[in-house]
Amino acid sequence: MSQFAINIMFVGGSFLLYILIAIWAKAGSTKDFYVAGGGVHPITNGMAIGADWMSAASFISMAGLIAAGGYANSSFLMGWTGGYVLLAMLLAPYLRKFGKFTVPEFIGDRFYSKNARLVAVLCLIVASVTYVIGQMAGAGVAFSRFLEVDATLGLIIAAVVVFIYAVLGGMKGITYTQVAQYCVLIIAYTIPAVFISVQLTGNPIPGLGLFSTHVDSGMPLLSKLNQVITDLGFNEYTADVDNKLNMVLFTLSLMIGTAGLPHVIIRFFTVPKVADARWSAGWALVFIALLYLTAPAVASMARLNLMTTIYPDGTAAAPIEYDERPNWVREWEVTGLIQFTDKNEDGRIQLYNDSPAFESEAQSRGWKGNELVVNRDILVLANPEIANLPGWVIGLIAAGGLAAALSTAAGLLLAISSAISHDLIKGSINPNISEKGELLAARISMAVAIVVATWLGANPPGFAAQVVALAFGIAAASLFPALMMGIFSKRVNNTGAIAGMLTGLGFTLTYIFVYKGWLFIPGTNNLADTPENWVLGISPLSIGAVGAIVNFAVAFVVSNATEEPPVEIQELVESVRYPRGASGAQDH
Amino acid sequence: MSGHSYDAENYWKANLRLIVGSLVIWALVSYGFAILLRPMLAGIPIGGTDLGFWFAQQGSILTFIALIFHYAWRMNKIDEKFGVHEE
Repeated sequence: MSQFAINIMFVGGSFLLYILIAIWAKAGSTKDFYVAGGGVHPITNGMAIGADWMSAASFISMAGLIAAGGYANSSFLMGWTGGYVLLAMLLAPYLRKFGKFTVPEFIGDRFYSKNARLVAVLCLIVASVTYVIGQMAGAGVAFSRFLEVDATLGLIIAAVVVFIYAVLGGMKGITYTQVAQYCVLIIAYTIPAVFISVQLTGNPIPGLGLFSTHVDSGMPLLSKLNQVITDLGFNEYTADVDNKLNMVLFTLSLMIGTAGLPHVIIRFFTVPKVADARWSAGWALVFIALLYLTAPAVASMARLNLMTTIYPDGTAAAPIEYDERPNWVREWEVTGLIQFTDKNEDGRIQLYNDSPAFESEAQSRGWKGNELVVNRDILVLANPEIANLPGWVIGLIAAGGLAAALSTAAGLLLAISSAISHDLIKGSINPNISEKGELLAARISMAVAIVVATWLGANPPGFAAQVVALAFGIAAASLFPALMMGIFSKRVNNTGAIAGMLTGLGFTLTYIFVYKGWLFIPGTNNLADTPENWVLGISPLSIGAVGAIVNFAVAFVVSNATEEPPVEIQELVESVRYPRGASGAQDH
Repeated sequence: MSGHSYDAENYWKANLRLIVGSLVIWALVSYGFAILLRPMLAGIPIGGTDLGFWFAQQGSILTFIALIFHYAWRMNKIDEKFGVHEE
């Protein structure tokens, strides 16, 4: 059977499964549509959160980022998991007790202000739409590489599948497809990793293989990797970083941003009890960790494999000839994600770090510049081919990448559509809308959101890679502090909360735009985006944590200068703190 | 709802104590061992690198899981002790 047929079988089979689940889990009420009926088991919910959370960025890009940056990019591992500790202790149980359908609804009720609710809707939509673009674009890449269809056509196929289960089933359909998608993506991620770990270290558990002995050299794997890449002028993989302040703030921004992302928070509204919300967070992190403990192993092993592919006889010997390059290099060259230029015209592939420190060494070997550029994003997708694994593993990776992208896209689309139908239409424009009318409105907003997301995915704005940082910055600087203060302080009032959200958001956006360009339009940045220009060495990607601190500070000062919240609001805060009396998520 | 009663206040204080304790460990393993204190742990070797590297790539995540389950288990006990648990 051809590789193409195998890929079609795996992807087609997984899509068929999602559609069957959608037909089985059709939503009959707004409660089904927004919170899956409110009766999801905490372990089931934990698995669904895992798929909801782990996006194309976690599945496709993260290992590549770590492979390129080594220790310095550990922030992604800690940041994207540490947020669950904050969710479990500071937000999820209390918001579940509150028992409404959306995140802006809590902000609107707690700060007794329609304006606060609208600000929250705005933050939610900007954060979620920017995030969904990346998912749709990621699905497009996976389609064009594995199914040999045009990326736009691939996107439309993916959108139709999401449309069927998200519009029909709402949160109920999404929950059970996410469980299936979690299983597909974790199997797809783990199997190639196990094969590679056994090949390199003899250890079948990749997370342990990372710290084991490299079979061929008898050295610890990480020492071997350090040696190979420093021979070629790169920094040590395990090298410490100089700018610790930036690493701390970047990690903190990712953690706070994770905890403040609405599409994750609303998944906690689907469990029956407050205690279940706590357990869910723990199970979610267990399911997430299965991938996140493997990812750093995949990163270091794939980097070592890449180096030994190019330098089969060791770094001191000549690299391979271009004509003898392995098949996977040829296939990825077609997509443009691997590029080769024979700068010294010797017919061989020189892969090394073009740094001033390495120049004399390069000259003595007759090298005239690095000749191979490998896009970081192909690392996980090409992994089975690099390690010469059988064809069905490649089909599995294709289905896994799509599962990761589609499950996150569906969660984001639900967060967007419920903010529109529940917070905007029912909350502001037409409060007297019937249950049936609202359900229809939710389905229509979902359909519109899918069309917009597909269009943006097919025509991604040039700044697609940077907007994900924007999503985390917004969630960290606006939503997380407002939610946390709403629960842990009785004193913060409507004026304080709105002032805090707006200054936190304004501060963060300004700092990002100064370096990245206003609204990301190239050439409109005021300062070059280089470490010398950053204030105290803080990168624009790390500023969300500072924005959150600004938000907290402004909200406290303004609240204390203005009057206390009314008694009934203080009672509302009391009630979310005590689990007793939580019923299913309520409309009123 | 118990309003401002003595017990309700103590329940909330018990929750806050547990959260603060958990977050101290949360910060210690990630911001401490994995980043700021890494040079101090450089002498403890583990699989070709040092303990700080392990905390940055795996140790923090494992600690986070333990913290959440411990919190969920303790809070459910505290809920029962103060009689605010759900039936």
